[in-house]
Amino acid sequence: MSFFDYFRSRKTRSAQLAKERLQVIVARERVHRDGPDYLPRLQEEILNVIRKYVQVDEDAVSIQLERDGNCEVLELNVTLPEQRV
Amino acid sequence: MAKIVVVTSGKGGVGKTTTSAAISTGLARAGHRTAVVDFDVGLRNLDLIMGVERRVVYDFVNVINGDANLKQTLIRDKRVDGLYILPASQTRDKDALTTEGVERVLNELSEDFDYIICDSPAGIERGALMAAYFADEAIVVTNPEVSSVRDSDRILGILSSKTRHAEQGNGPIPGRLLLTRYSPERVARGEMLSVEDVQEILAVDLLGVIPESRAVLNASNAGTPVILDEDSDAGQAYADAAARFLGEEREHRFLDVPRKGLFGRLFGS
Ligand SMILES: Nc1ncnc2c1ncn2[C@@H]1O[C@H](COP(=O)(O)OP(=O)(O)OP(=O)(O)O)[C@@H](O)[C@H]1O
Ligand SMILES: [Mg+2]
Repeated sequence: MSFFDYFRSRKTRSAQLAKERLQVIVARERVHRDGPDYLPRLQEEILNVIRKYVQVDEDAVSIQLERDGNCEVLELNVTLPEQRV
Repeated sequence: MAKIVVVTSGKGGVGKTTTSAAISTGLARAGHRTAVVDFDVGLRNLDLIMGVERRVVYDFVNVINGDANLKQTLIRDKRVDGLYILPASQTRDKDALTTEGVERVLNELSEDFDYIICDSPAGIERGALMAAYFADEAIVVTNPEVSSVRDSDRILGILSSKTRHAEQGNGPIPGRLLLTRYSPERVARGEMLSVEDVQEILAVDLLGVIPESRAVLNASNAGTPVILDEDSDAGQAYADAAARFLGEEREHRFLDVPRKGLFGRLFGS
């Protein structure tokens, strides 16, 4: 990395960081907003169940309700910690 | 029947009133009879930005309460034909805007105008909900900054469920993004969210991008909507946005850092 690249990449970080943080928070708030009232509690309970078996982060469980015509799909994503071999 | 348009944002101070003044002036200038309504009960600032503050006699709440009629209350703009301003009340009573009252006034305006532009107060409280409730369309004013973008997303949520349109089962009202106080230099340096970033996060159509500009403060000092400053970047950007609003296709300008000449490159910042 050249001298100039060093400064450039440092600078690029702030807008990029803003974007990443926004994507996470906006996605989370949309779930709470658009979904049925039980969704946040469901998410929390699932997180607690998983935590009985695996130690995962607060945001390891994401839950989304997709509407497709008159069909509703509950999409559940669980990110497990990386396996140490 | 008028088309009712709410100019909203969630976050305060992002440019709603500046935008309401500019867009309504642009629509009237294009020949559409336009009323611009200040919903910011208690604060009232649209009159200053439009330069009509000394001509306010009655206000929105007076009309709702039957103390005055619309004809007595609407202020006719002296620069642009067909443009009228309905000033906000300075009462501290936040409940002064009743749903029935607002509906009645908007219905009456609707008979006489092509467009009704509703300048929403900040926040997601009663005033903002009232400004949005009867809207057919929304302009969401956003600054390229985290809290403004997040609030815009919240407002988009409200627009999709808490309008008359949505409650009657007609789905969300169309909302378009107006990104203001944009600084291409700072975007190029990676310090500011780009228009693509904001669009990707909010996933709405883009009405326009208004650059950060001195012309806006100058215009508000003078009480002239900035769109009438036709030599300024912000004035031109608002003119483009108003034209797009009316269905014209215009390329987005002021998105890139202006190329500097040799002089600028040697002595510029
Ligand atoms: N494009 C711009 N460039 C520079 N300054 C701007 C721009 N747009 C708005 N401003 C400034 O930002 C401030 C807030 O603008 P404005 O009053 O239109 O915001 P608002 O969203 O209506 O605020 P509020 O939430 O208090 O009603 C004003 O001082 C205005 O001059
Ligand atoms: Mg305002």
